[in-house]
Amino acid sequence: MESSVATPPPPPAPPEGKTPTKAVEGSATWSFFDRLGLAFCWFLGLLFCAIAAAIVIYLLVQGIKFLKPSMLVTPASAGYTQGESGGFSDAFIGTIILGTMAISLALPIGVAIAVWLVEYGRPKALARLTELTIEAIAGIPSIVLALFGTVIFSSVALGFLSRSTEGVVFGRSFFAASSMLALEALPLVVASTREGLNAIPRHVREASYAVGKTKAATTQRILLPTCRPQIATGGMLGLGRIIGDTAIILVLLGATQNFAPVEGAPFPLNYLRGAGTSLTNFVYEASPTGNLNQPQKAYAAAFVLLLMVLALNAATDLVHRRARKVGTWSH
Amino acid sequence: MDEELQPEYGPKWSDQRVERMLGALVLAMVALLLALIVTVVINGWPSFAHNGLSWFAPGGNVDDQLNVISQSAESGAGYVYTFHAWPLIWSTILIAGGSVLLGLVAALFVSVFLVEFAPPWIRSILQPVVRFLASVPSVIYGLLGVLVLVPFIGNHLITEDQKSSVAGVISLTGYSLMAAIIILTIMIAPLMVSIFTDALNSVKPGWIEGSLALGVNRWRTVWKIGVRAARPAIVAGTVLALARAIGESVMLAMISGSTGFAPNPADGLIFIYEPSRPLAPTIVKSIDQLSSPPAKATLFAIASFLLFSGACFSLAGWATRRAMSKYGAP
Repeated sequence: MESSVATPPPPPAPPEGKTPTKAVEGSATWSFFDRLGLAFCWFLGLLFCAIAAAIVIYLLVQGIKFLKPSMLVTPASAGYTQGESGGFSDAFIGTIILGTMAISLALPIGVAIAVWLVEYGRPKALARLTELTIEAIAGIPSIVLALFGTVIFSSVALGFLSRSTEGVVFGRSFFAASSMLALEALPLVVASTREGLNAIPRHVREASYAVGKTKAATTQRILLPTCRPQIATGGMLGLGRIIGDTAIILVLLGATQNFAPVEGAPFPLNYLRGAGTSLTNFVYEASPTGNLNQPQKAYAAAFVLLLMVLALNAATDLVHRRARKVGTWSH
Repeated sequence: MDEELQPEYGPKWSDQRVERMLGALVLAMVALLLALIVTVVINGWPSFAHNGLSWFAPGGNVDDQLNVISQSAESGAGYVYTFHAWPLIWSTILIAGGSVLLGLVAALFVSVFLVEFAPPWIRSILQPVVRFLASVPSVIYGLLGVLVLVPFIGNHLITEDQKSSVAGVISLTGYSLMAAIIILTIMIAPLMVSIFTDALNSVKPGWIEGSLALGVNRWRTVWKIGVRAARPAIVAGTVLALARAIGESVMLAMISGSTGFAPNPADGLIFIYEPSRPLAPTIVKSIDQLSSPPAKATLFAIASFLLFSGACFSLAGWATRRAMSKYGAP
């Protein structure tokens, strides 16, 4: 019925991109130095890509050249040439053990701290102090964490976590290394989970309270399932940090390239209480500056490590993308 | 649905109890951090107490001092603590400072490029690239440094003349300040890029548009408005990168040269080819001596110095950020 009224022309479609300012002005009119700066931007951007490509391609070539599948199933052994000294199966399994143990320690603690910070956070002073603590932990160099670990895990009270002979506690074990590694991954988990919890609007919580749920039940049934993608992201970032760390493993897991299980303990415990190794430790020791000096095998192990990191990155991306597709509360 | 409405964890998981449990966990974390600081400082105290302020001063050969310290436990003639850490501190300043400066410039330009100028297809490559570079383990960077960059510098960049000119003092093999700074820059720049891009993206579009409307070109607008508004985050990212650079141990233990030598800029450009060893790698290299009490004290003294300087940088960054955020974007 309003067809008689002249309808205004439809507004022009907003241009693509975040802001309408994009792609309106080329650099042709700029002064020389501005254009020089832009060229520098391009150069650095492409340089970053080139460096990443060089790392991946170089390690890929070296990895294909030197990595034999048998290396993943044979433990390291003494030998004069690089062909005789076995593989690095213990290091490979060690990395998996460390990743599993450390992340299963860091994830629940990190999520719990994030929940307390966002959902409870009283008294205010304690909340500020906690934020400060988490930031401080994130800033502590891993070698300092490792030194701290040597002190607490060689105390007699924690002797059951590592090898001890005649009252002297060895202090190096998978338990010791993975608990310090968990501390390193913790800030990442906390930050990511907090971000997820903060993104959930208030009315979701209020709706849950209105039907009589307690805060704890709301958190467990509604908030945590909602920010599952962020928790997973934090966990994977933490896992990447854990499998990439060398200093803590070097100090707290032992300078051996094989498992050194403790005698007289039941099966999984004897290995977990004993010293061991990880891929990062193997790469360090097999590099020319380490004790083994087997560069070919160092390349092979580094290639395996890089593949793990790439897989983690891809998985993180996937979680991110899926979370965006499904849509969260903020959409 | 009915099950949803029945809270089977009624009084057992009451709110108060959950809050108290989580609070206890949080308190435990705070206590753990305090315990860490106290433990590290107490264990390192004998070294500080014996040396006083000369701990930070130059004097003698650090490597010899470390050897004497670790052997004094067995000799029975009493512990020796004499330790002058200046070469290590100087090396830390040079390597961390140099790579943070380089990284800051690179990260600023790359993040401006990413946010404002990159075509979408480059952005879709560069973003994962930055994330990948940040997640490569430091030991892989170290390995590539040892097997690729160090031989290249040693064989092609350092001339024979330069090698012979300092032959009596130090041998130039390629394990150098330059290799350490290059690799460390590659490690920490991505960290800064990710923080800077977040900040630049959150600058209010109105501010940018206002500048563009006045006829300022896009390049100058980004630098004068965008980067300025993002200054607090830039300081934060730089401080974070500095903390990472100071704490980096394994990669630097592999490629920095591992001699307690203080490269002297007064020697001319050759000093970037000279080996050195920062503080954190010193701990890694001497970790076997942990069983000797005086060596343990020395290593913990180094660790507490690292902790203290890290805390100072965080505080300084926090104060600068506060002062700047008056006119800045979030």
